[in-house]
Amino acid sequence: MTEQRGPDTGASTTPATGGAEVLVRVENLKKYYPIYGGVLRRHVGDVKAVDDVSFEVRRGEVFGLVGESGCGKSTLGKTLIRLQPETDGRASISGEEIFEKSGEELKRLRRRMQIIFQDPVGSLNPRMPISDIIGEGLVAQATKENGWASRKIRDSRVEDYLEAVGLRRDYTRRYPHEFSGGQRQRIGIARALALDPEFVVCDEPVSALDVSIQSQILNLLLDLRREFNLTYLFIAHNLSVVQYISDRVGVMYLGNLVEAADVQSLYTRPRHPYSVALLSAVPDPDPRVRKKRIVLTGDVPSPAAPPPGCRFQTRCWLRERLGNPENCETEIPVWRDMGAGHMAACHWSEELPDDVVGQAVAREAPPAPVLKPRVNERPATPPTSPQPGDSPLPGPGTVGG
Amino acid sequence: MTAPIVAAQAAPSSSPQALLEVRDLRTYFKVMDGVVRAVDGVSFSINRGETLGIVGESGCGKSVTALSIMRLHDTPPTWIPTDANQADLPDDVKALLGDAPSSRILFEGRDLLTLPGEQMRAVRGNEIAMIFQEPMTSLNPVFTVGNQIAEAVMLHQRMSKKDAWDKAIESIRAVGINNPERRVRQYPHELSGGMRQRVMIAMALSCDPKLIIADEPTTALDVTIQAQILELIREVQDRTGAALMLITHDLGVVAETVHDVVVMYAGRVVETGTVDDVLLAPKHPYTEGLLTSIPSRGMKGQRLNVITGTVPNPFNMPAGCNFAPRCPYAFEPCSEHDPRIEDADPQDVACWLYSRAPGSSATPPRVRPRGAEVRA
Amino acid sequence: MSESTLPARPAATPDPESADYEVALESLNQWQLAWRRFRRHKMAMVGLFIFAVMVFLAVFGPVFWPYDPLSLRSDLPGPQGLSPLDLPPMGSDGAGRSVWSLVSNGARLSLIIGMSTMAIAVTIGVSVGAAAGFFGGRVDGFLMRFVDLMLTIPFLFIVLVAARFFGAGELLPLILIFGLLSWPGLARLVRALYLSLREQEFVQAAKAVGVGNVRIAFRHILPNAIGPIVVSATLLVANAIILEAFVSFLNFGLKAQDISWGNALARSQQTIAVGNWWWPFFPGMAIALTVIAINFIGDGLRDALDPRSRE
Repeated sequence: MTEQRGPDTGASTTPATGGAEVLVRVENLKKYYPIYGGVLRRHVGDVKAVDDVSFEVRRGEVFGLVGESGCGKSTLGKTLIRLQPETDGRASISGEEIFEKSGEELKRLRRRMQIIFQDPVGSLNPRMPISDIIGEGLVAQATKENGWASRKIRDSRVEDYLEAVGLRRDYTRRYPHEFSGGQRQRIGIARALALDPEFVVCDEPVSALDVSIQSQILNLLLDLRREFNLTYLFIAHNLSVVQYISDRVGVMYLGNLVEAADVQSLYTRPRHPYSVALLSAVPDPDPRVRKKRIVLTGDVPSPAAPPPGCRFQTRCWLRERLGNPENCETEIPVWRDMGAGHMAACHWSEELPDDVVGQAVAREAPPAPVLKPRVNERPATPPTSPQPGDSPLPGPGTVGG
Repeated sequence: MTAPIVAAQAAPSSSPQALLEVRDLRTYFKVMDGVVRAVDGVSFSINRGETLGIVGESGCGKSVTALSIMRLHDTPPTWIPTDANQADLPDDVKALLGDAPSSRILFEGRDLLTLPGEQMRAVRGNEIAMIFQEPMTSLNPVFTVGNQIAEAVMLHQRMSKKDAWDKAIESIRAVGINNPERRVRQYPHELSGGMRQRVMIAMALSCDPKLIIADEPTTALDVTIQAQILELIREVQDRTGAALMLITHDLGVVAETVHDVVVMYAGRVVETGTVDDVLLAPKHPYTEGLLTSIPSRGMKGQRLNVITGTVPNPFNMPAGCNFAPRCPYAFEPCSEHDPRIEDADPQDVACWLYSRAPGSSATPPRVRPRGAEVRA
Repeated sequence: MSESTLPARPAATPDPESADYEVALESLNQWQLAWRRFRRHKMAMVGLFIFAVMVFLAVFGPVFWPYDPLSLRSDLPGPQGLSPLDLPPMGSDGAGRSVWSLVSNGARLSLIIGMSTMAIAVTIGVSVGAAAGFFGGRVDGFLMRFVDLMLTIPFLFIVLVAARFFGAGELLPLILIFGLLSWPGLARLVRALYLSLREQEFVQAAKAVGVGNVRIAFRHILPNAIGPIVVSATLLVANAIILEAFVSFLNFGLKAQDISWGNALARSQQTIAVGNWWWPFFPGMAIALTVIAINFIGDGLRDALDPRSRE
């Protein structure tokens, strides 16, 4: 196991493209929650939170996972790193089986797969000072080689990682309630990274934060990825955030992965009617963007009784448009390659009308925001010192889309 | 030191069109550790049938403003200075107020802040309706939704039980719920989140209000459901001609739903204007910072803008401009003089970059002229 | 608005989170901080003072009244006793004993009974509740059925029978009986706390970094449950003292020669006939004061042990 991958080892990892080494492989993962009913508390059914999901995460990439609440994306992330027992399926990290480990082996494995939680309040123990919150993992993972059993070595490592996430080294004696939401999220990140993981599940890490704090954390996550050679599984419901941070994206609906592709390909030419509707529903802060919205009717069905065939058939606009073909209700769509590794699970992907898709995702969007410097003469010394590398205004923008 | 705005005490109906006019609203909370100035001198107005968005991050006072309009705060601990309660104000609140003018919330010319309780109850729900963020907690779990709507209708309009019940079914149908005759007999927990929010909207509309205040109506919902609800709000607003005040932190929702927008920061209005003006060519550095920190299309591969620091301590607001400690453009007068939007000309941005500070000799750095688009 | 009342705006620092207002406490360790918070709690300090006085009485009481409280003094008159005016500070009882001696001596046994019962009940209650709540499932089902069973036992009846059967007025059996019968309520409380706390994300976070079950249960969850546990522990002390008084009153308590507040009170039964208010008043007062003091201390401890309540 690599020891102390320092900040300066990082040969910057360019976004992974096809052919890069697979770090995490998930095959046919299922996670069911049993439902007990009746007087005898008999097993009467299952909530199929994650049902037969397969995908790969390549080393060094950010794999985004989007979907609405209850689609199973968080469950998937937590099951993958063994916070919840799996129901069926396989998963591996650099070839090592994740679900077959136990005891000491499992503990060693945990060090390589870490998680950053959504709730910056609930994920930090309110009764522990920061040194213990970050240090607990080091205590648990202490070995002869790393010497983490020693308080002194541990403390200095805790301070190093506080610094790495942009907090002051002397914050170790404080308690979580003394920090703001963004700072707490930084502490959660430091806790995950202090164990020197390869793979980090980011479970909605910015959803609970205000917009201005959100951008700080996103910048930080990208910086840390480069610095520590990390691979992220980035779970979120905010499509703009996922688009910004991810190299590849998977879309989940009702426990299934319905589409997975390169971020560019998915956001400009989605191949599943659900992804199209989802993208069209995102409100754009640019008032000139006029999307042709596809408003889905009805609600998501219960994952305890998913519809037969394609799970999206009850709300599918494409199916309606095609005159309700029968196989949507009878056959489970095959997970297939739509070209250049763009995977989707829909019987009628080829029938997606290009004009509707184009208007729905507003591919013809106006050029990206280009902020010109507002002021010609700045005061000699700026009153606030921005974070290193954070110029108050981004440089000239590139045209996106 | 800012001079009190005398003009604000002029005759109530200075703009005859205005349905709701909020003037110098100051909502202070007196708590154990001191006085929090949650809303500190906020003014805006909404005309009949118009849509106004109030945006800002958590703690900026946008929800407190809405609750103040509805008078849903208890006094104490909440204090809003009016002409009537000057004598009752606690000393520390009075000290912070200084010679600030009284707050007024004029609804069709009547000041809601001084209205007797009984008349205020008649306004609430009947003429002004409110939609809350969490539809589960705002519906009573032990009554059917039909019951709750009919009750609201009977409370405000003289109607028989039967008519009220029909009206409930009608308003549920109007918000796009299938099979309304069955739905009215259901309890809130039997409905999904989006459906509950529809019921809340149905309830809000059941009395044909003149103004709908929606406080983060879609924040708890998924994007596809949010799209349904926003569509619905737009549609009913068009149909009924009610004015809409939409409170949200989501600039995308604002861009798609309303015509005018008010940007709030730390209890103040920092910028107002039409959605196109504010979102495409923001004047205030805070608005600009917010817009550029959203990861939007085309930002990929670039660092996002960061507004450094955090929101100021509500017990200890900075002297001068509230935003100055975090502002990349701050210059000499910003740390001493408090820019008020009322002093600006035109009155659309509270920032010394656009108007000269009293007694300050410093020239504002030359700024981007109005209209030079932020987005190319 | 007058600017002079406003402090200057904070100077900008190169720190990334420069405008952060929640800054610096000098670094004190957890116990120092807890003690500081405790001292700010006025009622708790009053409680602590009263409790200290009681402990002082328990240890040094006899020094101030160098008579054996049980030895009958011929100079003190018979069935009527002396009033506090005639024999300060608390008068004497019908058997010629000083009430002050009874009270100051009773402190020792009453406090021992209260504290020991609490210690036993807390140990069992927290262990059982923590195991049930943390592991859930079958363990929980089994332990909670057992707790339900314990709660269906008529408490007083068992105490009376057991006191007579094992104890015959001995101190140790009495404490054991009290302790072994008072934990189920606490176990239920702790279980409920654990059930909700184990679902918290910080527990998952601890699991994710590889912390073991026992350490999660005691180091991560227990401190978050400590507030309610401390409060009910103080109530247990108070309950045990009152229970002992009650049992003694029914003559199933300690032997006559062992003096506690309970049997001091029990012996003043005749007060109703004789009308000497000072017989029940002073032991009763001692019980009431101690119970209130312990409750105050419990409140103070709960707040002091919570790092969030800084001021």
